[in-house]
Amino acid sequence: MAKIEAEVGKPQGGLIKWIDDRFPMTSTLKYHVTEYYAAKSFNWWYVFGVLAFVVLAIQLVTGIFLTMNYKPAAADAFASVEYIMRDVEWGWLIRYMHSTGASFFFIVVYLHMFRAMLYGSYKKPRELIWLIGMLIFFVLMAEGFAGYLLPWGQMSYWGAQVIISLFGAIPWVGDALVEIIRGDYSISDITLNRFFALHVIVLPLILIGLVFVHIVALHEVGSNNPDGIEIKKNKDANGKPIDGIAFHPYHTSKDLVGIIVFLMIFSAVVFFAPEMGGMFLEHANFEPANLTATPEHIAPVWYYTPYYAILRAVPDKLWGFILFAMAVVLPVFLPWLDRCRVRSIRYRGWMHKTALSVFVVTFISLGWLGLQPATDTYVVLARVFSVLYFAFFLLMPFYTSIDKTKPLPDRVTYHG
Amino acid sequence: MVKFRMMASLLALGAVLLSGESIAAGGGATLEHANIERDNTSSLQRGARNFMNYCSGCHSAQYVRFNTIGKHLELSDEQLRDNLMFNADKSFETIQASMPASDAKRWYGVAPPDLSLMARAKGVDYLYSFLKGFYLEADSPTGVNNLVLAGTSMPHVLGGLQGYQTANFSEHENEDGSVTTTFDGFEMLSAGSMDAEQYDEFVRDTVNFLAYISEPVRSDRRKLGVWVLMFLIFFYILASMLKKQIWKDVK
Amino acid sequence: MNEDDLDSNRRHFLTVATLVTGAAGAGMVAVPFLSSLKPSARAQALGAPVEVPLGSMAPGEMVRVLWRGKLVFVLRRTESMLEKLPLVVDELRDPDSEVVEQQPDYAANATRSVKPEYLVIEGSCTHLGCAPLMDFEVRPAEGWEGGFFCPCHGSKFDLAGRVFKGVPAPTNLRVPPYRFVRDDLILIGQDMGAA
Repeated sequence: MAKIEAEVGKPQGGLIKWIDDRFPMTSTLKYHVTEYYAAKSFNWWYVFGVLAFVVLAIQLVTGIFLTMNYKPAAADAFASVEYIMRDVEWGWLIRYMHSTGASFFFIVVYLHMFRAMLYGSYKKPRELIWLIGMLIFFVLMAEGFAGYLLPWGQMSYWGAQVIISLFGAIPWVGDALVEIIRGDYSISDITLNRFFALHVIVLPLILIGLVFVHIVALHEVGSNNPDGIEIKKNKDANGKPIDGIAFHPYHTSKDLVGIIVFLMIFSAVVFFAPEMGGMFLEHANFEPANLTATPEHIAPVWYYTPYYAILRAVPDKLWGFILFAMAVVLPVFLPWLDRCRVRSIRYRGWMHKTALSVFVVTFISLGWLGLQPATDTYVVLARVFSVLYFAFFLLMPFYTSIDKTKPLPDRVTYHG
Repeated sequence: MVKFRMMASLLALGAVLLSGESIAAGGGATLEHANIERDNTSSLQRGARNFMNYCSGCHSAQYVRFNTIGKHLELSDEQLRDNLMFNADKSFETIQASMPASDAKRWYGVAPPDLSLMARAKGVDYLYSFLKGFYLEADSPTGVNNLVLAGTSMPHVLGGLQGYQTANFSEHENEDGSVTTTFDGFEMLSAGSMDAEQYDEFVRDTVNFLAYISEPVRSDRRKLGVWVLMFLIFFYILASMLKKQIWKDVK
Repeated sequence: MNEDDLDSNRRHFLTVATLVTGAAGAGMVAVPFLSSLKPSARAQALGAPVEVPLGSMAPGEMVRVLWRGKLVFVLRRTESMLEKLPLVVDELRDPDSEVVEQQPDYAANATRSVKPEYLVIEGSCTHLGCAPLMDFEVRPAEGWEGGFFCPCHGSKFDLAGRVFKGVPAPTNLRVPPYRFVRDDLILIGQDMGAA
């Protein structure tokens, strides 16, 4: 440990002292980075938080450069995207990074949320981190939705048409709400302009603010770990958790490896399969929006499809909307639905393990079903899986109360 | 155990997703494989010639510049001028249709779509099958219909090359009383200036060119990707070694 | 060296190697983003060289064209205009075009042009950018042999675009790159060397 301190060093005189006298620079770095202790037993499920941060950075930077050349008017938008792809130097790369980044944002965030479900990271005292995280998820969904209208392709226009109309299902305020969202009597140039403002300014600012408080809340209570035990319970002579290691240089060096692996997968997609078979860049979107011709098959982008499948499974517009909204919001309540005394799946009984496995299969199946046309068999399946989806949450207070648990270890499981 | 089940689910999903991508075909018709060779410069050059001579009369490719084509298809400014630039003056200009859009709309009912991105929107197999799929139909305003896009307003522009064929359909009644129509094949009625193989190559070259213009940077993108991945592999090795070294004193 | 020192050296080396590689990677990533700020293919197309046919120009006539958003004057000088050029040399700030940024080398001569008959200059006053006015009338009483007058702050230039002393403008009017495609056709925006 002494070696580490020597490397990190003490605040030097001169410039650093001048800043520290006026700004909590060194103390902040110490508290949040060099002396923030997290468990040594993190596995690779723990890399998705920093990856989400990396993707956010990618989207912000590529987004800024796209905004320099994109035109948010119905008459020019589609052409301006092709202008970026063909005439702007390296515009194609910036565009592909942004479109790939959007999909990877959701892959990473879903896996990040799943980690919390695996190890009970949403349980006391981390409920607020989870709540802020769910808010980030909602804002991200809105950000993706607003962004998708911008290319003004066939899928952009008609996808937005379908989803915005959904809000009309809300009793009493529905129609007025839809008109307010659109800013016009149908989706138009006006809608495009305001979605541009939402996507480029409003939602990113909110997102950055939420990510900031998300990390502050995390650092206040400290990170969880795969065993779900509190490392702060066992401290050494210096007051540092025995099972903890400093964020820098340990987790930073490990996260760097994780980030590079992520960049390899990301680059493979950007350079070799940016369309991803029509999943990341939908084929219909290479045709400019035609207000008189609906594409044969409208589907939202893949990351919304699990919820879309639930919406479509219900044969009633209003109830479909309600269940769709409930499905999105239900995970918020996990900290209180989960009655188990134990955090991590490692020490839980067969009931929870089964429930979680079924949930994974359910979520992925719903996602796949949301991409398919609504034929008879698929609708039946969607209904079955929708029931399973809700059952996972609504039955949780019961099966987590009666599920057997294993005794918790004193120290984290780490094999060096 | 949980992780194994999750991995299995993910793999299953992957298999399903990857297999599902070739299902879609316009109007249910099965599509023929175009088998284009994207890096075959001669094919692309022929395709460019075909496009300018047979397509650009009605169809624009408004996002495509002649000098971009020249750069990738290894054509000099003079070759561009002599062989491809019929209405354009400067090589930085884009491919415009000769027919004014308003006239086209009047004569055909719908403006011929711009073709810059058609290969990405519909796929090369669709375009290949479309250009081979015209058949004679007496009641149609153009005298032809198309197997891939029923009711198309496009005439059989390449009829002089392919010749004209009829399409045979058979109907059978299902158990529930509904009728299914099946396509049984084409029959060549009058020959064109090309035989079947020559016409196939003509269409393949043209579709190859359409695929190229839908994303001119494709070839460069893939080449650069190799370098990027190589750099990242090298970076990964260094970072891994550094991580292991730093974590040595974690017990 | 004991094992601890070896470890420490290895760690130091790996840290430096990783940081250097990372910095190189970051630099390489920055290239496409910064390059995207350069004029795009469309900007280059719109900024392409402009043709000016000379056939219909009478002696003493001046034509104005736009090249890259800039005003360019093409003046067909008369014999008497050309004769005036040496007369004002003593009143000029830079009679020999020594400030090299203001003209291509093929215009660094007595007439500041490829061919004496035609003057091609940017119509942008080198003071603060206003468009100078034609003032070709010779007024012997004032000692004015003809040239250009900038109405904004009173700068004066001669019939070769050379700036007079005692005016706010510091340098001669710029000569853009241009060449003669044929005797009766000028291409503004392209040097003689380029084809």
